[in-house]
Amino acid sequence: MIAIIDYGAGNLRSVVNAVSRLGYEAKVVNSPEEVISARVVILPGVGAAADTMANLQKTGLDSAVKRYVAEGRPFLGVCIGMQVLFGGTEEGGWHECLGVIPGAVRKFAPGLKVPHMGWNQVKQKIAHPIFEGIPDEANFYFVHSYYVKPEDGSLVAGETEYGIPFCSVVAKDNLVATQFHPEKSGEAGLKVYDNFIRVALGARAGRR
Amino acid sequence: MLTKRIIPCLDVKGGRVVKGKSFVQLRDAGDPVERADFYYKEGADELVFLDITATPEGRDTMVDVVERISDKVFMPLTVGGGLRTIVNMRRMLLAGADKVSINTEAVLNPGLIKEGAEKFGSQCIVVAIDAKRVNGGKQARWEVYTHSGQKPTGLDAVEWAKKVVELGAGEILLTSMDADGHQTGYDNELTRAVSEAVSVPVIASGGAGGPEDLYQALILGKADAVLAASIFHYGTYSINDIKRYLAERGIPVRMQGG
Repeated sequence: MIAIIDYGAGNLRSVVNAVSRLGYEAKVVNSPEEVISARVVILPGVGAAADTMANLQKTGLDSAVKRYVAEGRPFLGVCIGMQVLFGGTEEGGWHECLGVIPGAVRKFAPGLKVPHMGWNQVKQKIAHPIFEGIPDEANFYFVHSYYVKPEDGSLVAGETEYGIPFCSVVAKDNLVATQFHPEKSGEAGLKVYDNFIRVALGARAGRR
Repeated sequence: MLTKRIIPCLDVKGGRVVKGKSFVQLRDAGDPVERADFYYKEGADELVFLDITATPEGRDTMVDVVERISDKVFMPLTVGGGLRTIVNMRRMLLAGADKVSINTEAVLNPGLIKEGAEKFGSQCIVVAIDAKRVNGGKQARWEVYTHSGQKPTGLDAVEWAKKVVELGAGEILLTSMDADGHQTGYDNELTRAVSEAVSVPVIASGGAGGPEDLYQALILGKADAVLAASIFHYGTYSINDIKRYLAERGIPVRMQGG
């Protein structure tokens, strides 16, 4: 069972559909207990980081996510679900986030069209199971106005160019997070979910 | 590098895809779910659905259509037409839309843009602008029309575009009413004027007849994305034909399988 965290912000349907399409059972969860007891957790994200943090705090999901990640268990963060893992964000002033990964979330420099919206390439900086079967520089769908900057450069698994090169995939043990939306990125995106879940469940072969 | 998006647009009426000329003379162009799946497999970068029935019954049909599409295709979906309230918007987003597009209601109630952006994030809120060239005068200008191009508003299109971005719109879907349905090229002057005036992406719409029209909208119009309907629906050009043409001319596009 794949737990998809619902903190009341929005559309989980596409993430649920993607996981189901791959032949796995997706369960939308909204309590700390369900997160702690899950085998695999996905934190999707739309909207603003500050709202997301407020929602996670209100329900106690913030502590559950921190504990789950600290135990080194399989976790995938998507878009805002990636950003909130960092120490804090510049979005709407300065807001503290979960602090699971040292680093900050920064705004793109003026002069660029923001949001960074559309398909852009991910340059694979390290060999990682999340990229299995995905060509280097494959295109993924992005929509965001802020980007993450990990303090530890070795956590940058994928990089994308928009005015500057920014970190579009982080990987740290069993934790993976993507700035793009795999559930909106066609077959390459489905492959990301498939790779993540397959490794997380320790299965030998993919289901597709 | 961020690629330029090629976006097929599907006007949906009573659960069927239709296409008209300058907002009238509708022709049947197929089942929306089938068309969406077809474009997904062809490598479209995004899809826009406009519900042109825009009645309460039509909206229910549309929610169902969006749900069925989002079960099948894993690409960004924008839905517009007759969305008047936050509740309407939320329903579409929960059905699987990534963005909602508002047009007439944005003019009648600009507060909806702000409220929508606050509730769902700017990236969810697309403001569609239907603009018509105003004849006479030294400098080119365009007037905003609402109600499917029926009602002039007196608003200047470029000023209105700036205003909606201030209110929180994350993208502008800009249709030239003069060019729409005629397949003789986009109004690149209009697109450029709006694109240069705002900080958010602009989708050029109305007038695509061939690959060179899309190319010009991106180059002369400085559009971030181009939308077309007829040339795709009737199979005049495939998405790939268009992308190959653009790639050969140095435009960054996402090719199939990459």
